[in-house]
Amino acid sequence: MRRRFIAPSSLVWLVLAAAYFLIPLVATFLFSLKDVQTGKCCSLGAYGTIIHDPQFGKTLWLSLKLALETIAISLVLFVPTVYWVHLKLPRMRPVIASLALLPFVVPPIVLVVGLLDVYRGWSPHWFYSTPQFLVAAYVVLAFPYIYFALDAGFRAIDVHTLTEASQSLGASWRTTLGRVIIPNIRTAALSGALLTLAIVMGEFTIASLAAFHTFPTYIQYINQTKAYPAAALTLISFGITWVAMLGILVVGRRPGGAMAMRAGGR
Amino acid sequence: MAATVELQELRRTFNDVPALQGINVSLGGGEFLSLLGPSGCGKTTALRLVAGFDQPDSGRVLVDGKDITRTRPNRRDMGMVFQAYSLFPNMTAEQNVEFGLRIRKQARAARSKRVKELLETVGLGHAGKKYPHQLSGGMQQRVALARALAIEPRVLLLDEPLSALDAKVRVQLREEIRRIQTQLGITTIYVTHDQEEALSISDHVAVMYGGKIEQVGTPAEMYGAPATPFVAEFIGTMNRLEATIADDGAVDYAGRRVLVDAARGRATGERVLVLVRPEVVEVSPGENGGVLAGEVVSHTFLGSETRVKVAVGDGELTADVPTVRVDSLPVGARVTASFPPASARLLELSADEPPKQVDVEA
Repeated sequence: MRRRFIAPSSLVWLVLAAAYFLIPLVATFLFSLKDVQTGKCCSLGAYGTIIHDPQFGKTLWLSLKLALETIAISLVLFVPTVYWVHLKLPRMRPVIASLALLPFVVPPIVLVVGLLDVYRGWSPHWFYSTPQFLVAAYVVLAFPYIYFALDAGFRAIDVHTLTEASQSLGASWRTTLGRVIIPNIRTAALSGALLTLAIVMGEFTIASLAAFHTFPTYIQYINQTKAYPAAALTLISFGITWVAMLGILVVGRRPGGAMAMRAGGR
Repeated sequence: MAATVELQELRRTFNDVPALQGINVSLGGGEFLSLLGPSGCGKTTALRLVAGFDQPDSGRVLVDGKDITRTRPNRRDMGMVFQAYSLFPNMTAEQNVEFGLRIRKQARAARSKRVKELLETVGLGHAGKKYPHQLSGGMQQRVALARALAIEPRVLLLDEPLSALDAKVRVQLREEIRRIQTQLGITTIYVTHDQEEALSISDHVAVMYGGKIEQVGTPAEMYGAPATPFVAEFIGTMNRLEATIADDGAVDYAGRRVLVDAARGRATGERVLVLVRPEVVEVSPGENGGVLAGEVVSHTFLGSETRVKVAVGDGELTADVPTVRVDSLPVGARVTASFPPASARLLELSADEPPKQVDVEA
């Protein structure tokens, strides 16, 4: 087998890129090790402060819950929709694609004021006064990410032929969607879900404007009040996001998923 | 008992473009019918109406005399093999074949026995655990065939199943499709644009053009007695000589009197199309007083035969000459072509309908 080696010029770029990402992390890490009282190295006190703060667990759990709810609702809404559009309404694709760009264009303040207005009009008080309300906004925010990920997934498979093959073998629409279509777009759905998770776990503007206390608003609060624990919290949240993403990857990666993408993409 | 299928007056229009203009054809139990025609002739549309993936504007599809025109595709019990990429990428070959049986809630033991049998039948007993992307195109189509047969369909539909495969696999697989079809005695509709494919494996061939069926017949009938200029052109290679009836038993072609038995009893001056297969045309060196004297313009090597084009007057005549003899007929040589008067067929050439130009796919 040929030995792979990296050209020196590539190595320089690699080191530069790594430095760009790693230096802030390392600096933050070193900063987080300073003693809360004395400001001297090295102590894990800042981490202790965070972990023992009840707000930490509470807001983290809330944000995770909101993220999972957003992912669930988005997938339930958009998988059948995108499937149907690809199958029956291919001419609608550009229209939906431009709709999907709207959340990027509309500023969060407009979105949150609009949504609060809409929901105050007809939804029960318990809904818009609880953080669950944020899910409504987050589904809108996640729309482009979920839509474009799914769209790419559906484009990679022959939706028509697979659907017709399934039907000719006697399958109903539901069976076709559940056993044939979804397993073959799982990788796409997963990447949409990962992006959504990352967005919700870091979404500050809407949560703050709607006056809910989520993980990002908690980070902001700590940032303003406690210097060393803030650094520790930043690293913790960084780690949590990575672990969550890994978790989704592991759960979603049963045999077939990745292969399906390769086969479908030919 | 194998099912009978009948298509009655099927019409279908897409955005004001008529795709089918009244299709009538019927298949006896266990019959193998090919729908043959160039792309855009409506053959796939017709098949999709039978499968239920599309609905006709008018007309009916009958299976065993029962109208199924509005029955949903998943309730029709029809096995379908598509052009390509129809295997479920997330399932192994076995699971693909098993899919229809699972939908029918067959017991596990019966299922796996049947799957094994079918994969053996299509010669893939060893590849059951492989995923579609690990199989060649030909193997994928074998699995697709096994999958369609697994549900013991009343009718088997094949939509150009070999068109994405290379030539050698194509010939091999078409013979196997025919073998399996005969063995199971299953009524089959086969869509193709490849006339050789259609002629070699069908009981009957229906040639389609412009949303209509031009002619239905056995392969031998289609080849030997084409009923329309289009069929004559489409099936095999055919010399088409535009001529007028000269006198009893002869036509006037490019100012030459050519004997054609079929011209007897026709009105003098009538415009006709004389159809002659290249294999009956004789070419001999020199001008030996024959009427169709001309010059060799090209050779196309076909193996044991060579296709020789001879310019005769303004027209051109194609002859299949044994390759061993072709040295005596070099390009540019003066030669004489002839054909037995009994071997030519005549078709009327109506003044208002010029012969159709056909764009035939490779």
